Amino acid sequence: MEVGMLPISASKRGKLLSTGYTTLLSISRASLADLARDLQVSEDEASEIMKCASKTSTLDLSTGTHTTTVVNGGQTAWAMLNEEKFSLHITTSCVDLDNILCGGINCKEVTEIGGVPGIGKTQIGIQLAVNVQIPPEYGGLGGKAIYIDTEGSFMVERVLQIAEACIEDMSEYSNHFRKDFQASEVKMHPNNILENIFYFRVCSYTEQIALVNYLDKFITEHKDVKIIIIDSVTFHFRQDFDDMALRTRLLSAMALKLMKLASKFCLAVVLLNQVTTKHIDGSFQLTLALGDSWSHSCTNRIILFWNGNDRHAFIDKSPSLKSASAQYSVTPKGIRNSTSCKRIKMM
Amino acid sequence: MANKVINEMGLPKSISNIFTARNIITAKDALSHTEFELMELLDVGMSEVISAISHISEIVSPPSQTALLLMEQRVCNESMAGHLPTRLKGLDEALCGGIPFGVLTELVGPAGIGKTQFCLKLSLLASLPANFGGLDGHVIYIDVESKFSSKRLIEIGMKSFPEIFHKKGMAQEMAGRILILRPTSLSEFAESLHQIKISLIHQHVKLLIIDSMAALVLGEYDCGASRQQALGWHVSFIKSLAEFSRIPVVVTNQVRSQIGDEPLMYSFQAQSHSRKKDSHATYDSHLVAALGINWAHAVTIRLVLEAKSGQRFIKLAKSPISPPLAFPFNITSSGVVLLDDNGIEMNGPEINSINCQGQNALFNF
Repeated sequence: MEVGMLPISASKRGKLLSTGYTTLLSISRASLADLARDLQVSEDEASEIMKCASKTSTLDLSTGTHTTTVVNGGQTAWAMLNEEKFSLHITTSCVDLDNILCGGINCKEVTEIGGVPGIGKTQIGIQLAVNVQIPPEYGGLGGKAIYIDTEGSFMVERVLQIAEACIEDMSEYSNHFRKDFQASEVKMHPNNILENIFYFRVCSYTEQIALVNYLDKFITEHKDVKIIIIDSVTFHFRQDFDDMALRTRLLSAMALKLMKLASKFCLAVVLLNQVTTKHIDGSFQLTLALGDSWSHSCTNRIILFWNGNDRHAFIDKSPSLKSASAQYSVTPKGIRNSTSCKRIKMM
Repeated sequence: MANKVINEMGLPKSISNIFTARNIITAKDALSHTEFELMELLDVGMSEVISAISHISEIVSPPSQTALLLMEQRVCNESMAGHLPTRLKGLDEALCGGIPFGVLTELVGPAGIGKTQFCLKLSLLASLPANFGGLDGHVIYIDVESKFSSKRLIEIGMKSFPEIFHKKGMAQEMAGRILILRPTSLSEFAESLHQIKISLIHQHVKLLIIDSMAALVLGEYDCGASRQQALGWHVSFIKSLAEFSRIPVVVTNQVRSQIGDEPLMYSFQAQSHSRKKDSHATYDSHLVAALGINWAHAVTIRLVLEAKSGQRFIKLAKSPISPPLAFPFNITSSGVVLLDDNGIEMNGPEINSINCQGQNALFNF
């Protein structure tokens, strides 16, 4: 029944049904006074119900041209193509990794990165928080970062190291490619980079959910945030959760909110995940934590793993990227190309 | 934060009363339901639910800080910018100063390799006065397996810091700052944690050592979900203790053997790997850290102590601030001593492996 879908309270819905208003059409045809009298509610409440009903019924008539959409809020695929062509990417500082990601981490999407302890998830998170701040003159976004730390693995000393290395790389780049400007100094200082990373320390799953709810307001106040990193999204949901069904519901609600944030503010959301073992086909295999239902929640999924002595990243799931793996390494300067390949690539 | 009462959050009276009527008292109760569930439960419209939840969320959210602010706080307020120097030059350099405050550092290794010796030295270092490079504070040493030896502690003190320990009464004062607790069960341990939290608020305690975590947990529960849950709760609590009081927490862990040489793999790896598998399966057992993969994710820094061809090594297996280095060491009368301050860089997952060759210790279970 259509009335069952209205976002109004259960008692109001019950009243509508019991007095015979079972379809949205019947509500829109009734007059305000009739509705108020039948339901025995005030005229204000009745007008609210009518507003709800008319918003939900999508009976927009097209104006006759082919470019308008029939359903409110929709967008044609052609319009989206233009948007996607110009969508922004955040570099990971490793050329091979950027290549398999077609430029870097996509804005407007939720990317999940998971791996065993010690593989470099936090390193990638910190590298992205620094790289989002690269100014547009050097090919970056010039934005700010939000780093949500649930495990306490954010070490400021490391952020400083990576920030200093990033500025060094930028001055090297400007020395090579912009010789026409006389010794153009990169005007950024590592402290500027640290200043643009907003850090939140979350101590329970309640705080995590509350923070994701609050981010909408926070980002409206800080419009230049371009990346949200949650390190790690798993930690608090793995401890003392007896009701697994509740956990799944909360996680999917949280993932939906993050997706909305990503598309509303055109920013990238990166979720770092842990691993667990699962018994498949008679043997134990590694898989990302939080279960099968969670694996549907993210747009892209990258798994970091050891292959011999090298770190690799594999695109496990993506609607637009090809399934491929790339090698990367963690150096004192941050994430960089793997040193075992003999090619030298300029930034 | 999560237990804040909804009545005190400044919501309009009408909605606040409805929450209480439906037995949703704290923020945790409210946020544990999705918005749709709340709409059904409270019998109010969606827009009211959304505005109530966003109000509650804003109050419960942690405050924002910038990374710059964090760094400045550490540099101003804490000794050595938030590190406890171990006096092992190579290790301290790799760790940007020493054992970091506010996070869990794990020492894992086979029996008899030197974990307790390392902990004894650390407890001494924390109790030293500030002008000798210590933290000038109290130490809580949770000694589950009754391995703490005061005599050995004083010996290490005499040999490493003769100028302090030969002064009258100093040995007594230093040793007097180290409090040893011997909980016999996990629940006793949890109780003492709550008491420790109170003394941390008074800021006397500067170091917490748990030797060993594995003995506490493994003795009590059968393998499986209940053990993981119990461990999970304790890990969260210890981490939050470390964080809010900004002290270093050092935890030791045992090893167990695992049959089979095959490392765990992902499903996409398994497909390509199966072609390379040998025709005969290997049944060699090798050592892994106890307590599971959940624990391995929870610790921030993991130091692996092992013995390879008769030489002991201390390896930085997991650390967000250091390269993967291995340092050879020995145990002398003054505790752990590094033989080479330039570590050997190890690439790949080898840094995580635990060897026990050339050591006369019985470890097979």
